Amino acid sequence: MGSARATWLGRDVISILDFSRDMLEELFLVADEMDRFLRSGRVPRLLEGKLVALAFFEPSTRTRLSFDTAAKRLGAETIGFSGEEGTSIAKGENLADTVRMLDSYADAIVIRHKYEGSALYAAEVAEHPVINAGDGKQHHPTQAMLDLYTVRQLFGSVDGLVYGVLGDLRYGRAATSFILGLTLFRPKKLYLISPPLLRAREEVLEVLRQRGIVFEEAGSLEEVIGGLDVLYVTRIQRERFPDPSEYEKVKGSYRVTRRLLEEHAKPELRVMHPLPRVDEISFDVDETKYAAYFIQARNGVPVRMALLALVLGGWEK
Amino acid sequence: MSPGEALLVRKIRDGTVIDHIPAGRALVVLRILGITGREGLRVAVVMNVESRRLGRKDIVKIENRHLRPEEVNKIALVAPTATINIVRDYEVVEKKRVELPSIVEGILKCTNPTCITRKPREPVKPRFRVLSRRPLRLQCMYCGTIVSEDDVVKQLIGG
Ligand SMILES: [Zn+2]
Repeated sequence: MGSARATWLGRDVISILDFSRDMLEELFLVADEMDRFLRSGRVPRLLEGKLVALAFFEPSTRTRLSFDTAAKRLGAETIGFSGEEGTSIAKGENLADTVRMLDSYADAIVIRHKYEGSALYAAEVAEHPVINAGDGKQHHPTQAMLDLYTVRQLFGSVDGLVYGVLGDLRYGRAATSFILGLTLFRPKKLYLISPPLLRAREEVLEVLRQRGIVFEEAGSLEEVIGGLDVLYVTRIQRERFPDPSEYEKVKGSYRVTRRLLEEHAKPELRVMHPLPRVDEISFDVDETKYAAYFIQARNGVPVRMALLALVLGGWEK
Repeated sequence: MSPGEALLVRKIRDGTVIDHIPAGRALVVLRILGITGREGLRVAVVMNVESRRLGRKDIVKIENRHLRPEEVNKIALVAPTATINIVRDYEVVEKKRVELPSIVEGILKCTNPTCITRKPREPVKPRFRVLSRRPLRLQCMYCGTIVSEDDVVKQLIGG
């Protein structure tokens, strides 16, 4: 395990596929520790004296707050900007120069940007580790880490389960990263459930084929729900659509309800969602045993604490 | 070159002969080189002739013109089988195969409009990993988008 730990130190976190299963297992063990610290109310200040830059060129409240909380819980300080402010900081300045500036202040940069490939590009420019908090429709690796961690917590293992990923598999980065993350494990089967316009991109299907994942594309949830252990639901994000009329065609095209689950799902099925939701999971699911999305949301902080401690080196002291 | 081909086009004195172009791609090669016919260069194009190596092939002969390295790299994308012969005084003085590298840098644009390499004013060069040579499939190393041979041909002859 020492060697797995050593490889986290100073690493960029761009895509979930940059990591091996062993590295993720290591991360999960550290996240368990962090969770224990949080529950006991005594968190060691492992990152005292470190400064983390939160560069959110695109608005996000949840992910940013979760990174901010994770850093501060461990004693680090944070600087940064988000949304409109990010846009105005970048006004007249390109991404490379903004990243260079932050790199000269901080020990790590967490970046969210609407262009695909921006995090990798930032990592090429910066000397300090860069953590991708979402680049366009492409990757959201820390979301995938906490999603996989949640599955492991709920079922004891990520392996051997039947997964359904429902929603916008084309433009949705959380869904994409979750699908890619599953390829590091041994799922029994993976159903990709989406309207035809929102099918997973070719480069994602290619990874599934190369890594020998048994998968099937399906057009409707009703056809496959009976066989699922995990149903991962995502929302359709209007802002990712290049063409607004395409969005109009698919919005509201699927909805998970309590009735659907009680009539068709296995009792062990767990429903996940990266949140926020619009109307793709009805509120009456919340208090059922199927709902796992609040557990998932809570796991964001310990998993990101573990990540920061491993990447910034606090964990090794 | 077989005697039959020699009958079709006579030898050139100085210039470049691009041989073993996949059949039907000769005009694409000319477009890549920016040759329209109005330059006053003497150009011969032979299409769909027999080839032992390829079955059928195209040949382009250009008098008094030599190729820049970036032109050779572009030809490698659309005609990976091509050989380039440099002719001086009716003799082939150099013969080389084009070579498609495993990473293609700076020649093509990513087809994804929201790729960081398409953002104006960023000093970033588009870079593609070659997934397959025939048919050509490239993958943007920044955004993961897969670019097909058709996209590549369209870009190279359009620009
Ligand atoms: Zn790209």
